[in-house]
Amino acid sequence: MKLTLRVWRQKNADTPGAMATYELDGVSQDMSFLEMLDILNEELIVKGEEPVAFDHDCREGICGACSLVINGDAHGPERTTTCQLHMRSFKDGDTIDIEPWRASAFPVIKDLVVDRSAFDRVIQAGGYITAPTGSAPEAHATPVPKADADYAFEHAECIGCGACVAACPNGAAMLFTSAKVNHLNVLPQGSPERETRVLDMVSQMDAEGFGGCTLTGECATACPKGIPLFSITSMNKEWLRATRKVKR
Amino acid sequence: MASTFWQSTVGKKIVMGVTGLIMIGYLVVHMVANAKIFFGPEEFNAYGHWLRVMGAPVLHHEWGLWGARVILLTSVILHGVSAYQLSRRDIKARPEKYVHSKPRMSYATRTMRWGGVILGLFIVWHVLDLTTGTVHSGGFQEGHPYQNVVDTFSTWYGNVIYIVAMLAMGMHVRHGFWSAAQTLGAGNRTRDRAFKALANGLAIVLTVGFISVPVGVMTGVVS
Ligand code: HEM
Ligand code: FES
Repeated sequence: MKLTLRVWRQKNADTPGAMATYELDGVSQDMSFLEMLDILNEELIVKGEEPVAFDHDCREGICGACSLVINGDAHGPERTTTCQLHMRSFKDGDTIDIEPWRASAFPVIKDLVVDRSAFDRVIQAGGYITAPTGSAPEAHATPVPKADADYAFEHAECIGCGACVAACPNGAAMLFTSAKVNHLNVLPQGSPERETRVLDMVSQMDAEGFGGCTLTGECATACPKGIPLFSITSMNKEWLRATRKVKR
Repeated sequence: MASTFWQSTVGKKIVMGVTGLIMIGYLVVHMVANAKIFFGPEEFNAYGHWLRVMGAPVLHHEWGLWGARVILLTSVILHGVSAYQLSRRDIKARPEKYVHSKPRMSYATRTMRWGGVILGLFIVWHVLDLTTGTVHSGGFQEGHPYQNVVDTFSTWYGNVIYIVAMLAMGMHVRHGFWSAAQTLGAGNRTRDRAFKALANGLAIVLTVGFISVPVGVMTGVVS
């Protein structure tokens, strides 16, 4: 396939960026999207140009590092991560626009790479449980009802890629935060911090400069792991419950 | 506690949801009461009088009415201020647009902010027109709401302002009611169809119900 790529190039956080156009030939339908970009970078290096910087790590859809907005969709046209997107989703002769995640809480570091450490700080605010160290506990010591385990697992699927923020017209991190809150709040292991977790994670989310939720549903549509929009509803409920229980 | 709510995006949205629902509740009552206009001036004017003696003999003249006005005014101010502050924050959180962007949200979702502004302006006009009479066309008669309503809807601009605002209201309620269910934590997968249907039903009934009054005047059913 022959493609026209329009890629966001930006030298660093302090320099304004712009879209640059590249023609790329000899792309196979079986390549992943990132392999296609590897080919582009090889060509750029041979020509003595600066290769396009983009984030990636596992390339198997589990780490959450890859983060491209492709033709206006976070992670592109399929419900999956950018690394698991294949060129068969495009046609010969297509023009593909490739942009970084856009949100003021995710500043661009270079080209398509953004700084997502705001998510780490939201996690640090409450995305943990308290457990004694030492040898592993007996597996059956704390029974978890099947329905709760399934619910926790559905939310635990969040890989923290930030596609929800990228897709949200308000740059909100509600879907990410709610996935983390619900994952731990439903489990007995997470119950000691149930109230403080939701209050602290939400206030850290606000402090990072993410926007608020207007329930457009864009986040859940973009999520490669299918975290449901109702995750946000459940977090709102947990937040309301916590404000009644905790005096501060 | 109050500051926890007001300082958090989640809390402020809850304030919007609760005040929005209070206003929707009021709209339902208001629409049902408006239907009395189809039963003649005596019936409609008597209802206008009752609003002033509501709660009597426990409440003094107009106390019940002023209570309702205070609740509604507080709701609309809290709702509008939250909407303004959250919108400012949302726009700041997403300063750069995508070069490749496409509209994906439903029309009702996309128009919440401007629709809300239209509603705010409409509320001011509506009160000045039919409550205080300040901008009323023709002689405003205190205690004769039936005639006042007929006067307003005998002007082309009265009809246009009112009908446009009611269409905006229907749209706002459509996304707003469903949103409030999520904001207040009532929604979930199994109830979603019910909440969506309720939101659409409310929006349609309220829009048709309110618009029936100017249509009634225009067609001569109410005169
Ligand atoms: C002063 C005029 C008004 C303004 C500026 C305004 C603005 C807004 C905005 C910006 C939203 C958030 C939209 C979103 O989440 O996408 C909203 C939500 C809402 N509005 Fe209004 N609105 C106004 C009047 C009204 C009225 C008269 C009603 C009653 C029918 C109403 C009911 C609602 C409800 C129920 C919500 C949903 C709140 C939630 O998401 O929890 N609004 N409004
Ligand atoms: S590179 Fe790990 S999820 Fe895409």
